[in-house]
Amino acid sequence: MTTEAVTITVKRVAGSRNLLTAGVLVAICLVFTVLSPFFLSQANWINTSTTMTQILLLGIGQTYVIIARGIDLSAGATLSLSGMVSGAVMYNLFAPYDTVPEGTAALVGIIIALAVGLLVGLVNGFLIAYLKIPAFVATLGMLGIASGASYLLTNGQSLSGIPPIIGEVGNHNVVGWIPVPVIITAVVTVIAWYVLSQTRFGERTYLLGDNPDAVIRAGVNDRRHLLTVYAISGLLAGLAALVAMGRLSTASPTAGSGAELQAIATVVIGGASLYGGRGTIGGTVLGAAIVTVLLTGLIIIGVPPFWQVITVGIVLIAAVFLDQQKEIRAARK
Amino acid sequence: MSLALRDVSRTFGGVRALTDVSLEVNRGEVVGLVGDNGAGKSTLLKIVAGVIQPTGGDILVDDLPVSFHSPHDAREAGISAVYQDLALAPQRDVVSNFFIGKEMLRSGFAGKVLRRLDRPVMRQRVVSELNRMKTTLPNIDAEVRYLSGGQRQSLAIARAASWCERVLLLDEPTSALGVAQQAEVLSLITRVAETGIGVLFVSHQMADVLAVCDRIVVLRLGKVVAQINAKTTSPEELISYITGAATPLNTDTTEK
Ligand SMILES: Nc1ncnc2c1ncn2[C@@H]1O[C@H](COP(=O)(O)OP(=O)(O)OP(=O)(O)O)[C@@H](O)[C@H]1O
Ligand SMILES: [Mg+2]
Repeated sequence: MTTEAVTITVKRVAGSRNLLTAGVLVAICLVFTVLSPFFLSQANWINTSTTMTQILLLGIGQTYVIIARGIDLSAGATLSLSGMVSGAVMYNLFAPYDTVPEGTAALVGIIIALAVGLLVGLVNGFLIAYLKIPAFVATLGMLGIASGASYLLTNGQSLSGIPPIIGEVGNHNVVGWIPVPVIITAVVTVIAWYVLSQTRFGERTYLLGDNPDAVIRAGVNDRRHLLTVYAISGLLAGLAALVAMGRLSTASPTAGSGAELQAIATVVIGGASLYGGRGTIGGTVLGAAIVTVLLTGLIIIGVPPFWQVITVGIVLIAAVFLDQQKEIRAARK
Repeated sequence: MSLALRDVSRTFGGVRALTDVSLEVNRGEVVGLVGDNGAGKSTLLKIVAGVIQPTGGDILVDDLPVSFHSPHDAREAGISAVYQDLALAPQRDVVSNFFIGKEMLRSGFAGKVLRRLDRPVMRQRVVSELNRMKTTLPNIDAEVRYLSGGQRQSLAIARAASWCERVLLLDEPTSALGVAQQAEVLSLITRVAETGIGVLFVSHQMADVLAVCDRIVVLRLGKVVAQINAKTTSPEELISYITGAATPLNTDTTEK
């Protein structure tokens, strides 16, 4: 093959990766449609799309991190912690909500959830970029710290005394079909796509994951860049916490448990490489859709809930395996 | 002259890697640096590139003494290096690789506020720079991992030369290449020099050094043992200096 031909083949393969993922998604939807008449209902659409927002928000953060050759195992625990701190502040400072305007309380809660997420992300980034602790270790440690702390706050109890407006907005569907969390997530997704694919920050995220030494030698402040990447992941976990709270009108210390598995699966199914330098927001959106449809679809057809986690685990491993096979075959040609 | 070293020395603990090395690289000149393993060639290049600091002696750029505390300082002074690992990002295309750390933003609002890359201009710049150095890469939209070793080396050299104003440092750029690819890289080196840049070129291949260099500096055990006009020497003569069979006699002695 000439280099020209190789390039064209490569582009086609890269483009076809998203096509393939989309095909798998359609196939899964078809199976569930056949198995349950409820799958194509409005109620399931609203439930599935809202569930997807949480997975996608974490997945987007994870996309940045994984492209930069890192991993954020603490994303789910950060979600739990952000929600619990925010919930506890709103509950302790403001409830009952006739003493303080409900909107003010909610606004403070929103800022706190985002701030806690951002803070955890910054700590992760500091440990990894400046203290050179491997991302796997730093964020695994943070997973323990953040989830432990979210249980400590209330001795493991959920907090339901948060401003009702959060639940009302979180469950509001514009024109009956489009949940507010979906709109928020769509905006975030577009911004994340733009930053990753069109800006210098995005370009350097790819370069840093592909060959960190090359970027460092070019005089780029790689540590600050990495810090920012983990901060983005933390901030989006804080936003996901708000979505979760809005949905259930409750802050729960288990809100994000296991969510890091979903987020990583989402990114990998979307075609990112855990070795860095590869991945797209478009792929992650498709990956999030697959993970979500599997989760909600399995419930609809009456499979016991524990099977969901098992299924996501299997799909994650299968996606990595298939991608590796494809790479090996491409290399042999 | 463009770059001059005066009695540069470097020790690593007890090891004297370089002792009183003096040499010059002028504009548009290719200077070869040869010597046996451990002679100090890479150490010399790293000092000029600002990666490590000399323990003695002076570096002069356009006759003014300078001290480089980092590669950044050296680059500011117009000196760039291509290292053996090339520092390329394999999964990015040629254009991205050309601009690592120097990505161009659009003008106006899109660039200043939205921080949008100007890919069309970056691409255009790569095309014109490759033309200027009369180098061709089959496809600048290809991911670098699909380029051959010689093409990658050419890309790394063209990139460094494109951002370099004074002296380009090359450490064994042909060592891992096949014959045809070596020729490709060697002719690129010549053309880089034709654009007015001085090149300091380390190699173990006598034929390569003789083919492209104007002058050859021989290092032995950290000392300059010969500075020879490349047009009037032979591989045998070079090798005798490298191995120590010949001692400094009929060399163009450096004027102090
Ligand atoms: N960082 C270092 N610490 C200690 N000693 C070093 C270091 N770098 C180089 N040296 C020593 O300095 C001497 C010169 O090494 P250098 O790498 O410059 O040789 P070279 O001419 O590039 O050899 P080669 O042809 O094998 O690349 C050697 O004795 C080497 O062991
Ligand atoms: Mg060397």
